[in-house]
Amino acid sequence: MVEEQVEMLLNGDFAVAWAWKHVEPDVVAAFPITPQTLIVEKFAEFVANGEVRTQFINVESEHSAISAMVGAAAAGARTATATAANGLQLMHEILYIVSSMRLPVMMAVANRAVSGPINIHCDHTDAMGQRDAGWIMLFTEDAQEAYDTTIQAFKISENPDVLLPTMVCLDGFLVSHTAMNLKVFGNPKIVKDFVGEVRPVARIKLMGEEVELSLNPRNKIPLTFGPFCYYDYYFEFKRQQIEAMKAVPEIVERVNKEYYELSGRLYGNGRLVPWNVDDADIVAVVMGSAAGTLRWVARKYRERGTKIGILKVRMFRPFPWEEVQKLLENKEVVAVFDRAQDAGAMVGPLSLEVLSALYYSKNRPKNTVTYIFGLGGRDLTPELAEKTFEELIRIKEGKEKPFIKKYIGVRE
Amino acid sequence: MSGGELKKWHEIPIAGIPWKFSTEYKTGDWRSERPIINHNKCVKCLFCYIYCPEMSIKINWTSDGSRPEKVEVDYEFCKGCGICAEVCPVKAINMELEKR
Ligand code: SF4
Ligand code: SF4
Repeated sequence: MVEEQVEMLLNGDFAVAWAWKHVEPDVVAAFPITPQTLIVEKFAEFVANGEVRTQFINVESEHSAISAMVGAAAAGARTATATAANGLQLMHEILYIVSSMRLPVMMAVANRAVSGPINIHCDHTDAMGQRDAGWIMLFTEDAQEAYDTTIQAFKISENPDVLLPTMVCLDGFLVSHTAMNLKVFGNPKIVKDFVGEVRPVARIKLMGEEVELSLNPRNKIPLTFGPFCYYDYYFEFKRQQIEAMKAVPEIVERVNKEYYELSGRLYGNGRLVPWNVDDADIVAVVMGSAAGTLRWVARKYRERGTKIGILKVRMFRPFPWEEVQKLLENKEVVAVFDRAQDAGAMVGPLSLEVLSALYYSKNRPKNTVTYIFGLGGRDLTPELAEKTFEELIRIKEGKEKPFIKKYIGVRE
Repeated sequence: MSGGELKKWHEIPIAGIPWKFSTEYKTGDWRSERPIINHNKCVKCLFCYIYCPEMSIKINWTSDGSRPEKVEVDYEFCKGCGICAEVCPVKAINMELEKR
């Protein structure tokens, strides 16, 4: 049954803050950094007003913010933080520790270009620098999806088969600071029932006893989190993390579906959001807010009978490579739109994933190209999108040679 | 090394949690140098006992328990860091190359 919701004018950052308000994490620690600042600013207001009972920890850096998450989550708390760009880079070291300690931390990232030169606007380079840190990574397209996905993230991460942290990415400014009319639940209890009133803490077998996987002093056997581990067992612990990641796709799908039943909003299967991909000759693969622009332009082509489809990747980690492979089978032209730096690499990080998946496809697309776009907040305007679509059509018709990678919107 | 038969990834608890008591982790096999106490020199001040980071200095007390009779190294856990030799005020501890 779809629950009662109220319409609000919120930007992406406020949408995340409202999602937190409805989830009411036990502990939030964050350090302000544009374009994420509005999230913690708004949430600090909720805390100061006594609207939530969350413990808000003021910290002196992002490194401390994420370290506070480690302590709180290891103690069994439901935790959330937010950051962007250089703040995320400063967290880098601890991100691996969070995932290896299997702590279900929720983190919002308002994607921003990484210095230097210093720039506060959107690209995905900050998140891509963390792609091997063992986190689940979900990319959202607008403020509504940021609200919905933030709520879902707690439930995905805290699932006892997963116990991995989730990063919810929203494009800096394009989503974080762009207001839209969106729907939030009128009754926060609906959200609390959805994620569970308190964080479920996993139970493990240890020395013949069943204990909570937390620093709970009432545990029969006290646990040590984060001890030294030699070459004799390190690899086995990493292998466990790989196994936990394997459980994620199905749980993301289930949570997406359960959330749909409450909200009426569905994001594909939670992992991928295909738009007119099945019958398409040309498919653009993209993440974040640019998906909306590309769909909007593609619609016009569809009306004229040109079969363009848009495949939005919502879940970047774990990467749903088998599904991507299947969806792109036998296509005439696949174009991957990558909003991250590629210096020294063959293509951008999203494209590397897609190309790897396609390498093992028995029915590889005839042409696959990569566009790097939008670095440092450079706009992907509908006009630019149209120009690239024209190029893709020419490739499909054999009028133009395919290429490995091109840049959209840079002055050459 | 943790000793004993090595377990598979699905046989150990998750999250890097140790599943044995710390006394079962024999830090002694890290050692490349071995502290040797010269009992003729040792004045039983117990500096080495206080400073040893691995609690690897064992004290044998006199039968009435009033004072230490002999100070020894527990080689199962001594990791050979040499701190005891460094702090010993009478230079009664000599670090010798470990032969194994
Ligand atoms: S060498 Fe280090 S570990 Fe060994 S007994 Fe001396 S202080 Fe302790
Ligand atoms: S520090 Fe030296 S003298 Fe003192 S108890 Fe240890 S070995 Fe003996």
